[in-house]
Amino acid sequence: MTEQHAPTGELHSIPALLARNAARFGDRPAYREKEFGIWQSWSWVEAAEEIRALALGLLVLDLKPGDYVAIIGRNRPAHYWGMIAAQMCGAVPVPLYQDAVAEEMTYVLEHCGARFVICGDQEQVDKILEVEETVKGIERIVYTDKRGMRKYDHSRMNALADVQETGRAAATRLGPELDRRIAGLDYDSTCVMLYTSGTTGKPKGVVLSNRNIIETAKNSCEFDHLTEREEIVAYLPMAWVGDFIFSMGQALWAGFTVNCPEGAHTMMTDMREIGPSYFFAPPRVFEGQLTTVMIRMEDAGRFKRWLFHRFVAVARRVGPAILDGQQVGFVDRLAYGLGRLLVYGPLKNTLGYSRIRVGYTAGEAIGPEIFDFYRSLGINLKQLYGQTEASVFITQQPDGQVRSDTVGVPSPGVEVKIGDNGEVFYRSPGTFVEYYKNPGSTASTKDAAGWVATGDAGFFEESTGHLRIIDRAKDVGRMADGSMFAPKYVENKLKFYPNILEAVVLGNGRDYCTAMINIDLNAVGNWAERNNIAYASYQELAGHPQVYATIKAHVEEVNRSVAEDEMLSNCQIHRFLVLHKELDPDDGEMTRTRKVRRAVIGEKFADLVDALYDGSDSIHTQTEVTYEDGRKGRIKATLKIEDVQVFGAAQAQKVAAQ
Amino acid sequence: MNQQTEITADGRQIGGTLMEMKNITLRFGGVEAIKNISFDIREGEIRAIIGPNGAGKSSMLNVISGFYVPQEGEIWFKGARRGPMKPYEVARLGIARTFQNIALFDGMTVLDNIMTGRLNRMRAGFLSQALWWGAAEREEIENRERVERVIDFLEIQNIRKTPVGRLPYGLKKRVELARALAAEPQILLLDEPMAGMNVEEKEDMSRFVLDVNDEFGTTIALIEHDMGVVMDLSDRVVVMDYGRKIGDGTPDEVRNNQEVIDAYLGVAHD
Repeated sequence: MTEQHAPTGELHSIPALLARNAARFGDRPAYREKEFGIWQSWSWVEAAEEIRALALGLLVLDLKPGDYVAIIGRNRPAHYWGMIAAQMCGAVPVPLYQDAVAEEMTYVLEHCGARFVICGDQEQVDKILEVEETVKGIERIVYTDKRGMRKYDHSRMNALADVQETGRAAATRLGPELDRRIAGLDYDSTCVMLYTSGTTGKPKGVVLSNRNIIETAKNSCEFDHLTEREEIVAYLPMAWVGDFIFSMGQALWAGFTVNCPEGAHTMMTDMREIGPSYFFAPPRVFEGQLTTVMIRMEDAGRFKRWLFHRFVAVARRVGPAILDGQQVGFVDRLAYGLGRLLVYGPLKNTLGYSRIRVGYTAGEAIGPEIFDFYRSLGINLKQLYGQTEASVFITQQPDGQVRSDTVGVPSPGVEVKIGDNGEVFYRSPGTFVEYYKNPGSTASTKDAAGWVATGDAGFFEESTGHLRIIDRAKDVGRMADGSMFAPKYVENKLKFYPNILEAVVLGNGRDYCTAMINIDLNAVGNWAERNNIAYASYQELAGHPQVYATIKAHVEEVNRSVAEDEMLSNCQIHRFLVLHKELDPDDGEMTRTRKVRRAVIGEKFADLVDALYDGSDSIHTQTEVTYEDGRKGRIKATLKIEDVQVFGAAQAQKVAAQ
Repeated sequence: MNQQTEITADGRQIGGTLMEMKNITLRFGGVEAIKNISFDIREGEIRAIIGPNGAGKSSMLNVISGFYVPQEGEIWFKGARRGPMKPYEVARLGIARTFQNIALFDGMTVLDNIMTGRLNRMRAGFLSQALWWGAAEREEIENRERVERVIDFLEIQNIRKTPVGRLPYGLKKRVELARALAAEPQILLLDEPMAGMNVEEKEDMSRFVLDVNDEFGTTIALIEHDMGVVMDLSDRVVVMDYGRKIGDGTPDEVRNNQEVIDAYLGVAHD
């Protein structure tokens, strides 16, 4: 029914790709979702029918071309369909972070002027109703999950399934209008608008055209030879550009299957059941999994533990080389083969990584230890570098040229250059159209020739042509004596320790560097349990003298390694404290994608910063926290401040200063 | 005997009398645990029984669920008088319960535990069950479907295959509720559903109790210690003290009842 309207040969919109897939891949699964304990699936033909019904239903509700449709919910087929249905009607989908509190949504909903909102469940509907106290203009709320919705005023609210029913009933009446709108979509129509979380200031609406998304999807699918046989698990926030590229752009271009987990808590089980062949996860996920594996091995029997450590050592030695197809001795190959049978295979199976052909990580630096661990098991994990404004891809690592400290070569179709100040610039078919209603920011980010400033400082390695990123360009500063200050470089080194979840290094314009550290409750909590250390709360554990001693040892090791870098040896940490609360996006200390907001932290913990620099041993502090439902509370704590040994050049300087 | 159907402020429907207790007296030897108590439970309502320690709340619940047979008094269910019954017979009538100190099968998975709640609904014969053929297969699929809906409803998908013994207390309570719900009861009896829970777990549990009542229209009778929880949840409250009924009415009425205040704040008994 739909294919006849597909512009043949001109795949210039997501709806056009959908029609092509329905015609070409027909009965192959397009979407799966685990619900009621069973994987429910929809073929391309079925999905196309569902989406068309939804689009017709939205027409019945009078969705107009150029309208903005906000989508707030977890990864579910219905929400992806909602985005495509909105596009069919000529409207622009705007996915939002579902864990954002109402206050944060207010700005975005007001800024884009959404008339329609598709909500996942009652929780999201409640937030929208709260937002509506300040934002006018939301006319329709469509919700997916009917639970708890019976008592709501339904004069301008509909269940998504009901919208589809009305759509089906109106098919003959509104079909021609819908086809006209689909035919009106071209390469320059807006495909999606995504709000960047922004480490500073208000979020910006990044407008991405069909050209941006489809060209990028095409290039990146070719780069990694992705076909309709891939399986992916869609679990990353729908508001994040990565999910849009993987689960919409690439999935529709290549025609592969998008699997939606039952819920956030079942992710591990669902991964194992699906066994994705193409997988993306931020370093945090890989770190978390490795920590879990290590903790469980500590709890395992002695023989199993021995077996595990013995073969992991073999894998660390020869695994990456085998993965890259290099020469490896016969004995080592044999040992590795045995390890695969006894350890790596079962471990990969447990993690759901048995079938991964291409895996990516990005967003933050990944610890070399962690990165190599996964690669040594034979998982083709690679790094890429990208951002929302580029439709993700700027650089990525080709198979066989993978390293933990670079982010690879420019992706197909992308040009990259380094500015005079060391900032990385790029130009590509994926380069965004503009920031919505913000010509000022657009102009300062993208120049007339189409070059976009990334805000990151980096350089190309001469020998390999791979890009290396040092830090955010604006975070790179100078210390009081004029030496270079690159906080993230040091923070990343700290975060590679499983006990440290997050670190904030201070020192811009100061005489020496200091750090605020967040412990990882999983790792430290397990350690406490094994050593019979009792604690009643996060705060108490964080302040425990033995925890302080462990962290101090980590910081000293980091100092030793920082001292080796000539340029950055002054970034060694002289004093540190362990924070009494986890840095949290709900408190504004981090972005939703979990990047630290330095300005907010500097302001909020000003008393702690002072204490780090005035030489005091401890500080009493009070901090406001926001609970998940938006209520606020205060926590009080007395934090100890610890002095740390520094090495090499910096040490000499400290002595001189005294 | 039926009252008019009422619609509450939040849009729920409360029907006529579903169960009525008439002059119940329960003795253990010389101790009168329950002294001549009468009250009713209406269809679709949340009815709470509260009282200080030893007031006879749990005994009352055990009378309703058939564990204890009172020496005096009558129990009417859906307009018919209920004679002495075995607990499983009561369960077949459509009355399911949870226990104060959790009675789950520790070695079995969450899923299997909840499946046992469906036992009353299984009709297939022994042979058919053993061969998993015909009626048994159909039944199992049907029952599993219902159980999965309950799992979805109580948001415990992630622990479906976890043995119950490994779960923390708050989750065990939720699994127990799930098992009771799987039986598709007309009356759900909850024995101190919030006992030993922290504030967050209590809030979650309260939400689930309200949702069960709202979504499935299940009538709920609950015993609870925590006054705050009871006052927020219930439509009507029975207050017991030393085996007697000292108050009965809406939370507001009960809150202002002098006898109830005395019982809770403590007044010397003669």
